Amino acid sequence: MAEAEGSGIDPMHQFQIEPLYGAWDPAGGSIAFTNSTLWMLLALAAVWIFMLGGMRRELVPGRWQMAVESVTGFIDDLLVRNVGPAGRKYVPYIFTIFIFILFANLLGLMPIGVLGLHPFTVTSHILVTGVMAVMSFLIVLVVGFWKHKLKFFTLFVPHGTPLPMVPLLFCIELVSFMVRPFSLALRLFIAMTAGHVLLKVFASFFIQGINAGPEYGLMVSLPSFALMLFVSALEILICGIQAYVFALLSALYINDAENLH
Amino acid sequence: MEVEAARLIGAGLAAIGAGAAAAGVGYIWGSFLQGALRNPEAANGEQARLYIGFAVTELLGLIAAVIGFILLFG
Repeated sequence: MAEAEGSGIDPMHQFQIEPLYGAWDPAGGSIAFTNSTLWMLLALAAVWIFMLGGMRRELVPGRWQMAVESVTGFIDDLLVRNVGPAGRKYVPYIFTIFIFILFANLLGLMPIGVLGLHPFTVTSHILVTGVMAVMSFLIVLVVGFWKHKLKFFTLFVPHGTPLPMVPLLFCIELVSFMVRPFSLALRLFIAMTAGHVLLKVFASFFIQGINAGPEYGLMVSLPSFALMLFVSALEILICGIQAYVFALLSALYINDAENLH
Repeated sequence: MEVEAARLIGAGLAAIGAGAAAAGVGYIWGSFLQGALRNPEAANGEQARLYIGFAVTELLGLIAAVIGFILLFG
């Protein structure tokens, strides 16, 4: 694809996983400390600092503690509202998912490319989002079968379905249940990938416009730079929305497992 | 070369799906705003449903984007 761009600017290059340190190849595979690992650890460190700063349990909370408490309160409220009082015990899981996705998204958007470093969005890989989606899906399966035993299958037959419709509806509901982890993973992965590709495409317009001379610079670079500013703002919004949607849908799926319907 | 051309045209056609999803997402937020302006007290309680509708609709546009990516880079 790089040759089709005709300029050597490849918007997909930012998603390349490169080994940074050590390459251990057991049986043909490769296990190394990659840039993906690095940015996951950075997200972990950022979350750690954020939480440590806010977990001082002061009687009169400061600004930092208020920020942390509003995030935990937000997730707590989300679960209580969507799952009910039984949802309280899932707060640690949903909170972990939410804050990791949020921080990974935001760290990937950091403008440290100016300093020559390359930010890497961990959540722009379906492997990462897929693992998180499968975790949500497994929790639903385990909780559902643990709590309701085989009655869990009534989830696939809505109340008041006429008897001839049961087999058809069962199949439809089963398919819609089975695609949940895929849709959950795909949504986050593509939203991040598409946003970053868009930003890079505008950035390459900007650079090529300047290189092509002052007229083109004025005609192409200036509008694309303005658009890039707005798209960046939109991307920050999308980071939050996608983290929220992932947490919300996980909570709704857990609601199915806890309460059937 | 014809296969290459067909791939590029197909990737362009996949963008129609993204546009259609944009119309859907716009309709959802527009409808929410209409309802919220008529009854502002009830608006906050419906925000979760708004985001569910948004997520489900947006997914279809994103799938169109996936098809575009697969055609271009796959």
